[in-house]
Amino acid sequence: MKTTYREALRAALRDALERDGRVFLMGEDVGRYGGGFAVSLGLLEEFGPERIRDTPLSESGFVGAGIGAALGGMRPVVEIMTVNFSLLALDQIVNNAATLLHMSGGQFNVPLVIRMTTGAGRQLGAQHSHSLEGWYAHIPGLRILTPATLADARGMLWTALEDPDPVLIFEHGSLYNVAGELADDAGPVDIGTAAIRRPGTGVTLITYGGTLPAVLEAADQLAGEGIDAEVIDLRTLRPLDDATILGSVGRTHRAVVVDEGWRSGSISAEIAARISEHAFFDLDAPVQRVCSEEVPVPYAKHMELAALPSVERVVAAAREAAGTRG
Amino acid sequence: MTAVRGSQGPVDADHARHLLRQMLRIRRLEEKCVELYSAARIRGFLHVYIGEEAVAAGVLEPLAAEDCVVATYREHGHALLRGVSAGAILAEMYGRLEGCCRGRGGSMHLFDAATRFYGGNAIVAGGLPLAVGLALADKMSGRHRVTACFFGEGAVAEGEFHESLNLAALWQLPVLFCCENNLYAMGTALARSESQTDIALKAAGYEIPAWAVDGMDVLAVEEAARRAVDAVRSGGGPHFLELRTYRFRAHSMFDPELYREKAEVARWMERDPIRLLRDSMDAAGQLPAETWETLQADVDAEMAAGIEFAEAGTLEPVEELTRFVYSDRTPGADQAGRAAG
Repeated sequence: MKTTYREALRAALRDALERDGRVFLMGEDVGRYGGGFAVSLGLLEEFGPERIRDTPLSESGFVGAGIGAALGGMRPVVEIMTVNFSLLALDQIVNNAATLLHMSGGQFNVPLVIRMTTGAGRQLGAQHSHSLEGWYAHIPGLRILTPATLADARGMLWTALEDPDPVLIFEHGSLYNVAGELADDAGPVDIGTAAIRRPGTGVTLITYGGTLPAVLEAADQLAGEGIDAEVIDLRTLRPLDDATILGSVGRTHRAVVVDEGWRSGSISAEIAARISEHAFFDLDAPVQRVCSEEVPVPYAKHMELAALPSVERVVAAAREAAGTRG
Repeated sequence: MTAVRGSQGPVDADHARHLLRQMLRIRRLEEKCVELYSAARIRGFLHVYIGEEAVAAGVLEPLAAEDCVVATYREHGHALLRGVSAGAILAEMYGRLEGCCRGRGGSMHLFDAATRFYGGNAIVAGGLPLAVGLALADKMSGRHRVTACFFGEGAVAEGEFHESLNLAALWQLPVLFCCENNLYAMGTALARSESQTDIALKAAGYEIPAWAVDGMDVLAVEEAARRAVDAVRSGGGPHFLELRTYRFRAHSMFDPELYREKAEVARWMERDPIRLLRDSMDAAGQLPAETWETLQADVDAEMAAGIEFAEAGTLEPVEELTRFVYSDRTPGADQAGRAAG
């Protein structure tokens, strides 16, 4: 069937709400407004205000309430409008959700799902455009998902809800309108592994989330130049699927990491470090990285585009990696 | 012979003795904690509740086993009265596997699923949203439980305090907010940190029924708490108690107390909650000397046994360090996680 990323997310929410009476959605404007990005549009009418629960602008309060409700036996899905706003709830996410199980000696797990929008590309300026999922991937106790495809938008939520521990799902804002074909029987998907979206032999392009479409386009261009790129969609930033990454690099001997986060201290740095730790002697060239410029994301379109990873920069980095023979 | 009188009338001698005993258990436990800290048997931060015992003793009394308790980093007494054994609390402070959190939490992070004790939260005001969520789960599940949430007056300055009161009132959730107002947030006096120092008034601003209570009078605390718990349990939405109390000891073991006068401390110690109840029981003939002696001996024996238990405790094997970062999902695994309501 023809659908969009947004509709696939909504179908996943509807499915979860129908499957399990303990599931409810809570967040700013998820009900009457239909969701800041219209993901939950129509669900209030279907499921009512108890289960599609509008909250005040109290990120720390309602994220913490989600943690408490999870401890109390519910399966809350908390929506935070953007990752920038999630910083107001950082205390609850890091000091409670991620910590309670270990700190309590295994007594209190937190089966909570938090969804939020991430990323730039829509001229929303610095306070609505950052990509901080790599930060969250730093935190033990959290699982970090970055659906980049329709199948993952449709399938990751239910698997996340079955997880006994907190799961954060990052939906890139530029993907909501992406349209395509989704199998009629599409349903829950695995959330533990990376996916090879395009097999290749010449260079491994590693990315996730909002930059997957640009990386696939870059791979098509590179094919025209005789460079056969393999594209890995990480899907899960914590835990990282080392086996898929290292297996691919072992075959191609070259790697480019594409990450919309800033370069310093980023998930791309972590991936490059793991490759150098575990696949150093497989490499025929230094690992390349394509990240956002280290500036707050600006509003003006030409400046915003200049700050973000682009097809051209990915192609250039892949050429560099492929052209540097060991 | 007359009985001790609360504002609702005479108090049964057995009940008065029970409350006295509960307060004394906290007092003796923490006196031992301070000794053990000084002897370097316990490390980390240690915050004692000495002087504030009437608050935990009075508020916890009307709660039922299925209710939830969320507390702060000054929570040894709450855990003890909730039913966590002195041994499990002390073993936790000793960092032993037999502690209520396997030694992973320490003094500030006591948790116990069996007694529905949700911490032990060391981020000021961080426990309030949790309490709101626990109450939300109860309300959505149609359970008539109460979540009692303790926090200090310092928490009132945090955004999470206001967000949580608003959410609880907006959704009419069964939370009993218990502000333990001991006048100092570490060393910062209430008047130096709040433009409005009437805390109950702030709660009233969220349309939450709120009372200020003499937190040194365990009978007054118990009566107020019983009224509030009944109201919350019967669907009256959140209620708020400001319990006016005082911390006799330093904030933690690293506090030279530069911020308050010794005379002020001495003045408050004249209203020691244990002594107040003892005196009125004495006056009512409800506490013969031998009863008091026996009570003290029982409590001392309980604490001595607790220390013995902690001393005999074992260390969690280092191989378990990374266990419980995530739930163990292998079939048949000994998974203690039990967030099942």
